[in-house]
Amino acid sequence: MFDIVFWILAAVAVAAALAVVLLRGVFRAALCLVFLFFTIAGVYVTLHADFLAVVQVLVYVGAISILIIVGIMLTREVWRGNPSGKLRIPALVVGLLLLGTLVFAAVNTKWRISDTPPQEPTTAAIGASLFGEGGFILPVEIAAVLLLAAVLGAIVLIREK
Amino acid sequence: MTVGLEHYLILSAVLFSIGLYGVLAKRNAVVILMCIEIMLNAVNIALVAFSRYVVPTLLTGQVFAIFVIVVAAAEAAVGIAIIIAIYRNRESIDVDKFDLMKW
Repeated sequence: MFDIVFWILAAVAVAAALAVVLLRGVFRAALCLVFLFFTIAGVYVTLHADFLAVVQVLVYVGAISILIIVGIMLTREVWRGNPSGKLRIPALVVGLLLLGTLVFAAVNTKWRISDTPPQEPTTAAIGASLFGEGGFILPVEIAAVLLLAAVLGAIVLIREK
Repeated sequence: MTVGLEHYLILSAVLFSIGLYGVLAKRNAVVILMCIEIMLNAVNIALVAFSRYVVPTLLTGQVFAIFVIVVAAAEAAVGIAIIIAIYRNRESIDVDKFDLMKW
């Protein structure tokens, strides 16, 4: 069942990502980006990552997309569209080369796939490994400091003189 | 054909390459920020897929993905602030005109 869902989600995600890059209107590109975030939350569900799917919807669909749409509206560049610069052909070549390399490496490597079934409710396990003994408590504290610094930096940058 | 680790890695690679093309080719700074978000999401898919298929009980990849999301949120906030500050000074967010930091 997850296989069919994965193929549908993968096709929709790639189409939405291409739309973000290729669409003429900046605002429509932003809406396609929001749709892409939703489909990636679905991909997390097919990977049995339920907590991450909810975090994806909360943080990306709820917060980051709002930031980007506000950024589009405050800069009033919508009428100029979504043009490509001088580097269009080199960028295409670099992207295709990287894609070829990554796909070649992913297909030709012998991954050590584990047979154990995945944990189903992941929330408690993620909380234990984030805050528990011998877990990631120091990175959590550093992430808090980073978020505080980012908020203060954004306020300082955007303040009227 | 059952879906395995390789399929998720290929999906992640395709999304990452699309984002890289957008970052290099686009002129609107907000669109470049959007493409960076696509690249970070592609990396998250790879991390969660490795976590699911290689170490299904440890969840280390999902914890990494949470930290990537935290850094992405901070980056988006500061990036939008920088773009709006530049727009106030120069009335444009066309990155082809931002050569003021070029030696």
